[in-house]
Amino acid sequence: MSSQVQKQVKQLDRVIIRFAGDSGDGMQLTGDRFTQESAVFGNDLVTLPNFPAEIRAPQGTLPGVSSFQVHFADHDILTAGDAPDVLVAMNPAALKANLPDLPRGASIIVDTHDFSARNLTKAGYDANPLDLLGDANDPLGDFAVHPVDLTGMTVAAVKEFGLSRKDAARAKNMFALGLLSWMYGRPTESTIAFLTKRFAKVPAIRDANITAFKAGWNFGETTETFAVSYEIKPAPVSAGTYRNISGNLALAYGLVAAGVQSGLPVFLGSYPITPASDILHELSKHKAFGVTTLQAEDEIAGVGAAIGASFAGHLGVTTTSGPGIALKSEAIGLAIMTELPLVVVDVQRGGPSTGLPTKTEQADLLQAMFGRNGEAPMPIVAPQSPGDCFDAALEAARIAVTYRTPVMLLSDGYLANGSEPWRIPEITDLPVIEPNFATERNHVVKPAATAEDGTVTEEERDFWPYLRDEETLARPWAVPGTPGLEHRIGGLEKGEGHGNISYDPANHDFMVRTRQAKVDRIAESLPPLTVDDPSGRAKVLVLGWGSTYGPIGAGVRRVRKAGYDVAQVHLRHLNPFPKDLGEILKRYDKVLVPEMNLGQLSMLLRAKYLVDAIGYNHVRGLPLKAAELAEAIGNLVAEAEGITVDLSTTNDPHTAEEISR
Amino acid sequence: MTALSSGTELPFPGLRSGVELVPTNDQPQTGKEYTSDQEVRWCPGCGDYAVLKAVQGFLPDLGLRRENIVFVSGIGCSSRFPYYLDTYGMHSIHGRAPSIATGIATAREDLSVWVVTGDGDALSIGGNHLIHALRRNVNMTILLFNNRIYGLTKGQYSPTSEPGKVTKSTPMGSVDHPFNPVSLALGAEASFVARTIDSDRKHLTSVLSAAAAHRGTSLVEIYQNCPIFNDGAFDAIKGQGEFKDGKADAIIPLVHGEQIRFGAPDEDGRGSKVVVRDHVTGGVKVALAADVEDSAVLVHDAHATDPSTAFAISRLTAADYLHQAPIGIFRAVERPTYDDQARAQVATAREDAPGEPTDKLAALIGSGDTWTVV
Ligand SMILES: Cc1ncc(C[n+]2csc(CCOP(=O)(O)OP(=O)(O)O)c2C)c(N)n1
Ligand code: SF4
Ligand SMILES: [Mg+2]
Repeated sequence: MSSQVQKQVKQLDRVIIRFAGDSGDGMQLTGDRFTQESAVFGNDLVTLPNFPAEIRAPQGTLPGVSSFQVHFADHDILTAGDAPDVLVAMNPAALKANLPDLPRGASIIVDTHDFSARNLTKAGYDANPLDLLGDANDPLGDFAVHPVDLTGMTVAAVKEFGLSRKDAARAKNMFALGLLSWMYGRPTESTIAFLTKRFAKVPAIRDANITAFKAGWNFGETTETFAVSYEIKPAPVSAGTYRNISGNLALAYGLVAAGVQSGLPVFLGSYPITPASDILHELSKHKAFGVTTLQAEDEIAGVGAAIGASFAGHLGVTTTSGPGIALKSEAIGLAIMTELPLVVVDVQRGGPSTGLPTKTEQADLLQAMFGRNGEAPMPIVAPQSPGDCFDAALEAARIAVTYRTPVMLLSDGYLANGSEPWRIPEITDLPVIEPNFATERNHVVKPAATAEDGTVTEEERDFWPYLRDEETLARPWAVPGTPGLEHRIGGLEKGEGHGNISYDPANHDFMVRTRQAKVDRIAESLPPLTVDDPSGRAKVLVLGWGSTYGPIGAGVRRVRKAGYDVAQVHLRHLNPFPKDLGEILKRYDKVLVPEMNLGQLSMLLRAKYLVDAIGYNHVRGLPLKAAELAEAIGNLVAEAEGITVDLSTTNDPHTAEEISR
Repeated sequence: MTALSSGTELPFPGLRSGVELVPTNDQPQTGKEYTSDQEVRWCPGCGDYAVLKAVQGFLPDLGLRRENIVFVSGIGCSSRFPYYLDTYGMHSIHGRAPSIATGIATAREDLSVWVVTGDGDALSIGGNHLIHALRRNVNMTILLFNNRIYGLTKGQYSPTSEPGKVTKSTPMGSVDHPFNPVSLALGAEASFVARTIDSDRKHLTSVLSAAAAHRGTSLVEIYQNCPIFNDGAFDAIKGQGEFKDGKADAIIPLVHGEQIRFGAPDEDGRGSKVVVRDHVTGGVKVALAADVEDSAVLVHDAHATDPSTAFAISRLTAADYLHQAPIGIFRAVERPTYDDQARAQVATAREDAPGEPTDKLAALIGSGDTWTVV
């Protein structure tokens, strides 16, 4: 080893790192490991994976670039950050594709190894930008660039394991991870344990990866290229046991929990689709909880099987993305008509049609709300962060089982793949869901009677599958195998109470209204909304739903930090709306509704409350940017209060994101 | 045609029964118990009535608890069936009954699950679900009411209508080529495939009991007359109308273990036509009994592992007005069912991880890299 370099340690409150490389370079894994290390260290964090729809787009090209952004801090943060402070670029394409997102002064660690003439051409570079470093016309002049031969050093470090050059070079992502782990003082044990387990069957690969990881760390420690390492203290959070969790994992756990808390076996019918497939993969591991998973022949069969399972007394669940919901629409209508519990998960992605399979969007809200024939009301629940997918899944199941109705759970690609530290809940704090199966005949045909001669005739009863609970308007759930309750249900209109086919006009009108009333009743079971209006003087309300919670919260914090008043409300329930929403909307002069669509919630609010909801809409396949959103909020505050708003004090990326709450 | 109604072994010796795990009833049952209070609303003379009567008559013989029987249907005239049976039932949406039944049958081993579907429902809009149910071999019985027409939508041609069929949607004749449902099912890896006729209650009943006894997906194609929109579609098979004398020539009865013979009886009282292997095509063909050795006559083997011969026999069905069609059980072989295996996996996983569900849940959500903040 060369002489020990004197290293300086700098304190930072937060850092945004983006790992970028070819889709074959293992950037998702690298980012994920760095995230786990940061989580174990105790930082608050939010991640944003971003990958191409193609499994292996042509190597070295711009469309083939895959990246993983992680934002970690010593305080509570809400988003994966608008712009990275550090870019790790594994090839020319990764550099080129990510450069436009970097703020002036950002650091770039670049693997020089792949900067060959051929790769430069593939990435669209006429000249090697690294050759121009320090020149007057240096295209990277705005940044602190660290060119390092990561691949070369990796190959040298793992020589002893006798791998082919190609296999040896593949460990370069672990070298990069080691280097960054050193730079930010990340604990390394969890990554070493992870690699040991992951490659247990191939010792040479296992050892090469661990060695590359350690070599990267040691390189940081000894090289003169990096004179500074950084310390980001753990974030003060409430007591408890934490883990890092992605939205899809939390959602799958929430469904398992719904099975446990209801005592119902979970039955998932699903057809693979990005970005929802991981829920199918995860649930198929949990048969020990009585979970059955059926990979159906298509989305229609997936929901069909789930409806069948619900009829048979299981908790039917189907998971998909927007295109799959389109296919399931008719069957969801059947579940609405037959009034069976069903959880329908839509992990939204960019649309229409196949759209942007790996990117996020919130443009299925109106599909969830109205995308069926006839008056077919369906409750809608949306999680607001990756960890919140757990609670949202339980809530969807509660509504489905209690009210005997399909429920749409609207997640999205950002929540699905993004992750955050999650305080693991106590089981005793979870809601208990009561299936309340019907066991007795519920309708008196002939009351008991005593004749004049004293002969007693017993009461005669039959079973009416549509005789409703007065409070919830839910119908009885009588499952096959229950003697005396044999009955037929179906998609044809039912007569009130007895449930036999009825084409009577008045009955249809009544049943349509009753199905709507049942869904509206759910509002009675919802807690009041949380209005975040610290000063109580805000004239502007920012109202959102789903995964925009993070960017909206961060935007609101910026505006408040600059000294202005703004209120925030976030909706978990999109149908029915909570009872107090209308009154809350009236309290504010202006209502801003940021969404990753062209104004779908705005449209619902305008229709229902006649409020002049102002949209803030982007459909870029990416989460909203907090800084831009803050500008929009600021402009509205200026307009509402007749003042000039200046947010410039918050524009330094290192102080911009808000103080801890 | 006595040969039609006999010869089915019940249950197949040594094979697991389709209703093995369904609770039985110790009290004798009647067809009346299986009749719901709903008025039956098919057109007068519709073949569906006969099938309903046969099923209502047959279910008591199964001896199962009525509450453990579920009928699921799609959409079509025939799909009204569940409303008329006092069991659990679901009249679902067009074509999707097999998928719903798959959920029911997989969720519950203690239910006897039946699907009622039409030729349009099963083979057009629901074709995908049908073939995948057959391939998975989910334990259920599918009754495919084939009237070779769309009844409920008032008479358009269906995927089983003969080429050239003139209907409201094909005034110059249909240019579609039809499916042979039996061939389709055999090609879709079906473990039980049979064909029967609405008007032959005895045969229908014997096929139904064999289908119920089969563990796995049983597909029963029922030739069903629609007197309103496709009257006489099965006259050749039934020996009616202009085919009064043709029945013996039209039906090729399939009885496991017996020679396949049909046609007018010869002097020994046996069918004068036989089915033999066709060494040119590798399939089978019809020959005159007088022209071939007795040993060359094909002996029907419904339990043959290889479906090729059953498929070849299914090709003897005439696509036109059905002047010739094999009737009976084409294939009945044991193959592991999807639902049994799916439940076994769940059971194994449960045995391997005993404990209170809440404790297991706490362990699950608390797994992975965790850290504690005090
Ligand atoms: C999604 C959908 N498409 C079309 C229809 C209209 N439809 C109802 S039944 C039917 C055809 C029924 O034919 P078949 O399955 O042969 O049944 P049959 O009436 O002949 O018994 C059609 C097209 C429908 N109900 N749903
Ligand atoms: S239209 Fe045909 S199939 Fe439908 S009920 Fe009438 S006769 Fe039967
Ligand atoms: Mg038909």
